[in-house]
Amino acid sequence: MSRNARRNGVNAFMLGLCGVCAFVTVSTLFVILGYLVFNGATSVSLNFFTKLPLPPGKDGGGMANAIIGSAQIVIVATLIGLPIGFFSGIYLAEYGGKTFAFLVRYVADLLNGIPSIVIGIFAWTVIVVPTHHFSALAGSLALSLMLIPITARSTEQFLLEVPRSMREGSLALGANKWKTIASVIVPAARKGIMTGMILGVARISGETAPLLFTSLNNQYFSTGLSEPTASLPVMIFQRAISPYDDYHRQAWAAGLVLLALVLLANIAARTVISRGTSLPK
Amino acid sequence: MAVKQPQTQMRPTTTPETSGAVQTGAPKMRAAGINFYYGKFRALHDVSLEFATNKVTALIGPSGCGKSTFLRNLNRINETLRDTRIEGEITLDGENILTRDVTEIRRRIGMVFQRPNPFPKSIFDNIIYGPRINGMLKTISAADIVEKSLRRAALWDEVKDKLRESAYALSGGQQQRLCIARALAVDPEVLLLDEPCSALDPIATAKIEDLLVGLKSQCTIVIVTHNMQQAARVADTTGFFLLGRLIEHDKTDTIFKNPSKKETEDYITGRFG
Repeated sequence: MSRNARRNGVNAFMLGLCGVCAFVTVSTLFVILGYLVFNGATSVSLNFFTKLPLPPGKDGGGMANAIIGSAQIVIVATLIGLPIGFFSGIYLAEYGGKTFAFLVRYVADLLNGIPSIVIGIFAWTVIVVPTHHFSALAGSLALSLMLIPITARSTEQFLLEVPRSMREGSLALGANKWKTIASVIVPAARKGIMTGMILGVARISGETAPLLFTSLNNQYFSTGLSEPTASLPVMIFQRAISPYDDYHRQAWAAGLVLLALVLLANIAARTVISRGTSLPK
Repeated sequence: MAVKQPQTQMRPTTTPETSGAVQTGAPKMRAAGINFYYGKFRALHDVSLEFATNKVTALIGPSGCGKSTFLRNLNRINETLRDTRIEGEITLDGENILTRDVTEIRRRIGMVFQRPNPFPKSIFDNIIYGPRINGMLKTISAADIVEKSLRRAALWDEVKDKLRESAYALSGGQQQRLCIARALAVDPEVLLLDEPCSALDPIATAKIEDLLVGLKSQCTIVIVTHNMQQAARVADTTGFFLLGRLIEHDKTDTIFKNPSKKETEDYITGRFG
């Protein structure tokens, strides 16, 4: 084979390989989505959103408590995790020196890599054990611990993308550093930062392991943050490992609803973000 | 503006070259014995230069000669870079700016950068940013400052109907004039410009040059430029930098027609650079 023919062969092969891999990546999402719709769509009804769970074999039960519970846990986790992650991201990008910032960045990456079940055990140890009962708050804490490093690193990256000239433009007008960050740098990086936050929140919305022994589950609506609380991921888990067919169908339905809710929140947030001025491309 | 009475008598002496003391009025700013380091690299070698009140001073020289580095020390913006060090003294109206509060210094010494760098805000908010952070809005209304600043930058007529639109909707030349207006909005006594036209076309460049000539009655201007014709067109005096040293500073005419140093002549006549 001539040199050129071999080169062209390699070229075509690698192009094909990359294309096939890209196709596998994209099709995975659609296969999952299709599976969820196929198995779960028939069980998604009005009852699913408005009724409490019923024992196996009885028709008309729902997961209203788990939907509310999930929202509750995720919102509290967001309130704790986003600000801490956001401000540490600012520290990393804008204030950090060499050694300490390196340490924070490294630890954040490690924290990101900790298996979520370990984070669950941690929250169990620090909240569930001392208070003697499972609670939504413990679940929120576990999820916020996952959200902090995600938010910190993505905030840092988007802040660093703001051109230096813009910082200098503000400093040259007599603004101090915090003023520059708050009025120029963060607004300029707003879209990216918020997108990172949304992805982080979406990510923790689906976490199951940290909730298994923190917020546990509940057959009813929980009455406060210190109560065991139902959540969609844990509900899916418990339904899926049960021996009942109707419970399996409900697990599929819950999976579909969870995915749809996350997707909706995602789209809504992106629509809001896309308004207003941003950096020119 | 608290400008000291300028001494108007001209001194016909062709003064010592490298001292940079070209007497065309009392100096507004003076840099003495400036050495500057990026880490271990020494970018400026004992640069001393005076900037006459209400005159335009141009700094020219080949790339990497230190002219921008020098300019960026005059408002201490170089301090924001990590691992840099400055030696020497820079005075504004006789006060050493290196020991004073940096935000106050930067309000009095404005800067326009190489590429237009408007903030991701409306035209109005871009202008009002400086006055707001410096607490100037207590005495003058925001709308007045915006109109006055845009007029001073010869941009008012083009943008008066779209003040609330994003600054990014403007063309490059308009953005640069917006940045000049933004700098003028805090009433600086000195305006530093770092190759302000290098990203602009000739028509936009001409507008900015006209603007500078008109502005010098209101503030002292220092402009770094790559373009020797630009220096010749706008500057009263010109300083030539080479390899981190100020080779020569004199009246622009003298620099271009009768430079006293061979390096200057070589550069001007295009023998290198």
